[in-house]
Amino acid sequence: MQQTSTIDVPPARPDRKIPIVPLAGLPVVAVLIGFVIYAIASNKFWPLMFCHVAGGALWTSIDLFVGLAIGPIIGGMSPAARAEFSAKFMPKMVIIMPTVVTMTLATGLQIALRLGTLTVNSDARSWLIASMIVVGVMAVIALGVLEPANITVLWEMNKPNPNPEIIGRMMKRFVYTAGITGIMQVATLVIMTRVATL
Amino acid sequence: MSDERKFPRAVETVTASLAAVVVGGVWLGSHAPRRPPLALPTVLLVVAAALLLAGVVMITRVSGFSWDTFVRVGRWALVAYIVAAGMIEFAFVRNHTRGAPLVVVTGMLVVFALDVPFLIATTVARYED
Repeated sequence: MQQTSTIDVPPARPDRKIPIVPLAGLPVVAVLIGFVIYAIASNKFWPLMFCHVAGGALWTSIDLFVGLAIGPIIGGMSPAARAEFSAKFMPKMVIIMPTVVTMTLATGLQIALRLGTLTVNSDARSWLIASMIVVGVMAVIALGVLEPANITVLWEMNKPNPNPEIIGRMMKRFVYTAGITGIMQVATLVIMTRVATL
Repeated sequence: MSDERKFPRAVETVTASLAAVVVGGVWLGSHAPRRPPLALPTVLLVVAAALLLAGVVMITRVSGFSWDTFVRVGRWALVAYIVAAGMIEFAFVRNHTRGAPLVVVTGMLVVFALDVPFLIATTVARYED
């Protein structure tokens, strides 16, 4: 039997055009990506560590918070409130998440190579491989399901007559996948704190 | 509902391509800093490319597919993921990945940079009127 949740109910259409990519955020992204390039090119430990720890902390925290706190709240909102919240929240996610993920992953491998934690005789090796597997699963979920759903909601909301069924379906997908990646981030926390204390 | 049944499983197919690339990437990363065995990642790269191609073929057969929307969404996503893939490639090159492993890494990153925009653009375009 099809469950009728508030996610299925048609959202109200906002009056103005929703920016899918907030252009004001792009200079900040450019500065951060430039810093990642500098960190990798210089191979200096502090810039590498800053990008990895700051990016990873933000990535994990945002995933946990969105998946386990914001997601259920969105699911319980009235359609109009959900539409207004999504119109302001989702464009920010479009630029924040790829940026923090790139910061974390691009520098992570280099730090592991610098510290020698991926060498065969390192105690951290198996933990780091486990971390790669967790990140890999999260990447497939986030890039294959969550992000396309996010963009589709914003695209649909910008139409003169948005289809509430499509928005409801995509929002449900967004909320569920955000919850799954949020739970998986707990594994990342366990692995990274274990590596740091070996 | 009915459009769910009619639309080919292009998104699922290309998600499988993305998964193949990710598994290959984990395999390569887990062997660093040694030279990785390339048989498995090469097979995964070929499978990923074939699945991506299959996904493209599937949507070309959908009558009335909104190519205009696909291109409008896909081109910006492509720019974003070329930057992301370029950063990862840069990290591998900076860490002295050379020769055949670099060719496999580059191939995987190319498929990755095409998979994600395809998934985003197809998901948006399939619901276009």
